[in-house]
Amino acid sequence: MFPAQITYHRAGSVAEAVQLLSDNEGAKLLAGGHSLLPLMKLRLAAPAVLVDIGRIEALKGVSASGGGITIGALTTHAEIASSDLVQQHAPVLAEAAALVGDPAVRNRGTIGGSVSHADPASDQPTVLAALDATFNVTGPGGDRSIAAADFATGLLENALAENEVLTSISVPSVPSGAGSAYVKFPHPASRYAVVGAAAVLAVSGGACSSASVAVGGVETTPVRASSVEAALAGSDLSDAALDAAAAAVAGDLNGDAMGDVFASAEYRRAMAAVYVRRALGAAASRAG
Amino acid sequence: MTTRIFGSGIRRREDPRLITGRASYTDDIKLPGTLHAAILRSPYAHANIKSVDATGAAGQPGVVAVYTGEDTDGVLNGLPCAWLIPGSDLKTPAHPAIAKDKVRYVGDAVAVVVAETRYQAEDALEHISVDYEPLDVVVSPKAAAQDGAPQLHEDVPNNIAFTWALAGGDTDAAFADAAVTVSDTITLPRLIANPMEPRSALAQWSAAMGELTLWNTTQNPHIARFVTCVVTSVPEHKIRVIAPEVGGGFGSKIPYYADEAITAFCSMKLGVPVKWTETRSENYLITTQGRDHIEEVEMAATSDGVITGLRTTVYAGMGGYLSTAAPGVPTILHGLMYSGPYNIPNISGTVYGVFNNGAPVDAYRGAGRPEATMLLERMVDLVAAAVGQDPAEVRRKNLIPKFENGHDVATGITYDSGDYESALDSCLSAAGYEALRAEQAQARADGRCVGVGVSSYVEICGLGPSQVAGAVGFQGGLWESAIIRFYPTGKANVMVGSSPHGQGEETTFAQIVAGELGVEVDDVEVIHGDTDNTPMGWGTYGSRTTAVSGAAIAVAARKIKEKSRALAAHLLEAAPEDIEYEDGRFYVRGSPDQHKTIQDIALMANVAWNMPEGMEPGLEASAFYDPPNFTYPFGAHIAVVEVDPETGRIDLQRYVAVDDCGVQINPMIVEGQVHGGVVQGVGPALWEGAVYDDDGQLVTGSMLDYALPRADLLPDIEVSSNTTPSPHHPLGVKGIGEAGTIASTPTVYNAVMDALRPLGVTRVDMPLTPEKVWRAINDARNGG
Repeated sequence: MFPAQITYHRAGSVAEAVQLLSDNEGAKLLAGGHSLLPLMKLRLAAPAVLVDIGRIEALKGVSASGGGITIGALTTHAEIASSDLVQQHAPVLAEAAALVGDPAVRNRGTIGGSVSHADPASDQPTVLAALDATFNVTGPGGDRSIAAADFATGLLENALAENEVLTSISVPSVPSGAGSAYVKFPHPASRYAVVGAAAVLAVSGGACSSASVAVGGVETTPVRASSVEAALAGSDLSDAALDAAAAAVAGDLNGDAMGDVFASAEYRRAMAAVYVRRALGAAASRAG
Repeated sequence: MTTRIFGSGIRRREDPRLITGRASYTDDIKLPGTLHAAILRSPYAHANIKSVDATGAAGQPGVVAVYTGEDTDGVLNGLPCAWLIPGSDLKTPAHPAIAKDKVRYVGDAVAVVVAETRYQAEDALEHISVDYEPLDVVVSPKAAAQDGAPQLHEDVPNNIAFTWALAGGDTDAAFADAAVTVSDTITLPRLIANPMEPRSALAQWSAAMGELTLWNTTQNPHIARFVTCVVTSVPEHKIRVIAPEVGGGFGSKIPYYADEAITAFCSMKLGVPVKWTETRSENYLITTQGRDHIEEVEMAATSDGVITGLRTTVYAGMGGYLSTAAPGVPTILHGLMYSGPYNIPNISGTVYGVFNNGAPVDAYRGAGRPEATMLLERMVDLVAAAVGQDPAEVRRKNLIPKFENGHDVATGITYDSGDYESALDSCLSAAGYEALRAEQAQARADGRCVGVGVSSYVEICGLGPSQVAGAVGFQGGLWESAIIRFYPTGKANVMVGSSPHGQGEETTFAQIVAGELGVEVDDVEVIHGDTDNTPMGWGTYGSRTTAVSGAAIAVAARKIKEKSRALAAHLLEAAPEDIEYEDGRFYVRGSPDQHKTIQDIALMANVAWNMPEGMEPGLEASAFYDPPNFTYPFGAHIAVVEVDPETGRIDLQRYVAVDDCGVQINPMIVEGQVHGGVVQGVGPALWEGAVYDDDGQLVTGSMLDYALPRADLLPDIEVSSNTTPSPHHPLGVKGIGEAGTIASTPTVYNAVMDALRPLGVTRVDMPLTPEKVWRAINDARNGG
């Protein structure tokens, strides 16, 4: 509850933030503060320098772009949950945003901070994996993009260099007529996902024309369920087809599921199939 | 009662300041020149301390002093255990404020840094090096009691701090003759009390006066003064303990802790005020926890479900040391309640209080009675299942019939009054029990997993007759006192020795005075929490404050009324026996216009211009109330749950509570206490439990892992009540602070087991977390 001594900088621009990161080894970015500050208060994290990007207006808000939307890294969960643009282009992102934490967390916590923290029990990384989102990053050498699937590299680890800033996330529109859903088994205390499953299903002529499915909370990074997707492709999305497809998630889990006192690895794997099935059912019912 | 105020659900007077953040807690008190303490805590659950080198901390910025166990040894006395159960072979090994040779749980204090700011003190802790020799750890209280278990205290074989036995009737014969016997092992997890306000102490030593003032988060400032005297050797009359606003306790602020002793020590050494405030992380590690029972239980019954005997063996974890009241909780407050609301002629029990490598365990809301009610209600459900009868009907046939003035049970205590069957009937009716069972049958036919849980309970509160306290080894009295003082303007102060900290007694105590004397509630101010301006009292716990302190207030008010009647007679030139009282007015019988109000009397008594011969001036009375018996509230609760068999997740769908706490002073406060109590009992049934790993590390060390009940996980709680007055209490009240907690754990547990029965699941340890339920279902499907 008493963080170690820190030096605090407020960055006025992304360029300034990148410069501050470059100048201060081990510096950490501060956005909404809902992941980093609790760790600092417990002295589990003790960065010597904090670079606060929370007031950089250019990083805030949702805009339409090309075939989808671009979400500024500082956009809060509450803003995403209530955004008409998100609702039009990727409603599952709004559905998940409304399930993050509690109102205080949703009002302060940002999507960029959440995905950068790379906690596999967070909701939005799972959804963004299912949506084939792209993460836009600025560093000393300029801008680059990282596919959602490549962004989280391990437990609380991401693909950003020490002096890179995540600026926005590009999310392509879900196919016309697609149904999508995010269902979550929240931990009763933390409200993080013990298991979270996201599904986007498109239907054409009574058959599944595309499917994307991801599972969070089970392994150290979100898992794209390609076996489930393959099982769905061309199927009639009947209950039997969904049952069979959900069961295939076992083939997508590589065996190193996480376990803790609340939910063992074995249980999380079993729940992955249950929650994928429920996400598929909800998405299928919304498709067409 | 003569006015509407008594018995009316008026709003709590304390709430505006509490909910607008304007109340002043211990940590809010700012004294000039205050230094701040941070305490270094053992990261090991069990280790020898080979050396402590604090020199690195001493030179850190802002650091004023660093003390270790070497400094406090011989200066501070050990922390006393104050409930010395007779005949239990009780061992009370030394409990130093700062460990010198050995640590026995993660969080045991090893050193303290005093600095100009708390941040500096925390930073400096990292510069103290301690050489620990880790020792084997034991967490389970049953494992700790076995031969060969790691020994926490040298002079306590098998870690058994005490062995308490209870015997009523002939239990062996009852079991030998029984047509039906059932048994189970019930585990009640350790619980973390989680008051909103963590603990805090601010000590101010005045060398000039030889006086110590201690602001402290305590439920019982007078006991805190008493124990501070024992530990610091400062004479009791030179100690002032102030409990300012206290933000909840649930029992965890009854004990006297090392932290306040250390804070006082620092102030006395340095001659300046020193403050220590617990972090939430520390609260989880060091503040006393509740329960930690392993209960091996058997019940004997006839083939028709009539209970004939109960037999228990209980291992109660004590943690690393005996906390202040710890031995009384799993014994007197637990075993004596083994009969519950039932006729059980033969009862025996053995309780082992066992040291284990965790935070000390002490009273937590319900304290012993939830643990007793849980085992009893579980057994009754198992008997019902064994004889193939409805659990509500098995309860009914075993309930003690209605009684108004005393009923003896096999454990040797005497209940005051009870009407258990009416409570059960009221609850069955409120829940629509028959319809619930029909809906359940339909749900089961549809493949859904729905359960209905019922429990009846009686509890012991209003602690208690001081003579009994002495007989059972409590190192104090259990009476309360009150002073009512009227001022010339007709306003009054009520000063009490008890110390409410969220229960609403600033309101209910004023309602008692308003009811007795016809004054406005707003004309009565209740003063509590400061040993310098309140009369002696033993504190707020055990649902005793309204029952005992409230009785003292009523008795004092009646003394005021009698003096007022005599003064009114004198002023009205009438005989005292001709004076009638109604709604704050004293009048001559037959002439209501000839009257004096209580305000008139207060003015005339205070100015004393015209007093009757021999009457003292002033309008003030004090009363010391020592209750003739405990009070025994009771009730019946019903819960409805649905289990998701695919995940093991439980949805608590309905909760119906019928409680009988005697006469109610403020029904809205009663309802609020039931709400909070029920929720706190549902917690351990479904979510809550402090988990230590095999190394004695607290795995559930924060609110991210320790699942407190949350509003969105709960249904509306349907509350109603019956009224069976206590026959021995001046106001007929009993107490309601813990009833909900006592009833709701078994009610919800039984509901879940009822839901799982068709799947073949017979037992799951609490808390009933989804994975445990899911595994039990899978195990049953796979043939058990």
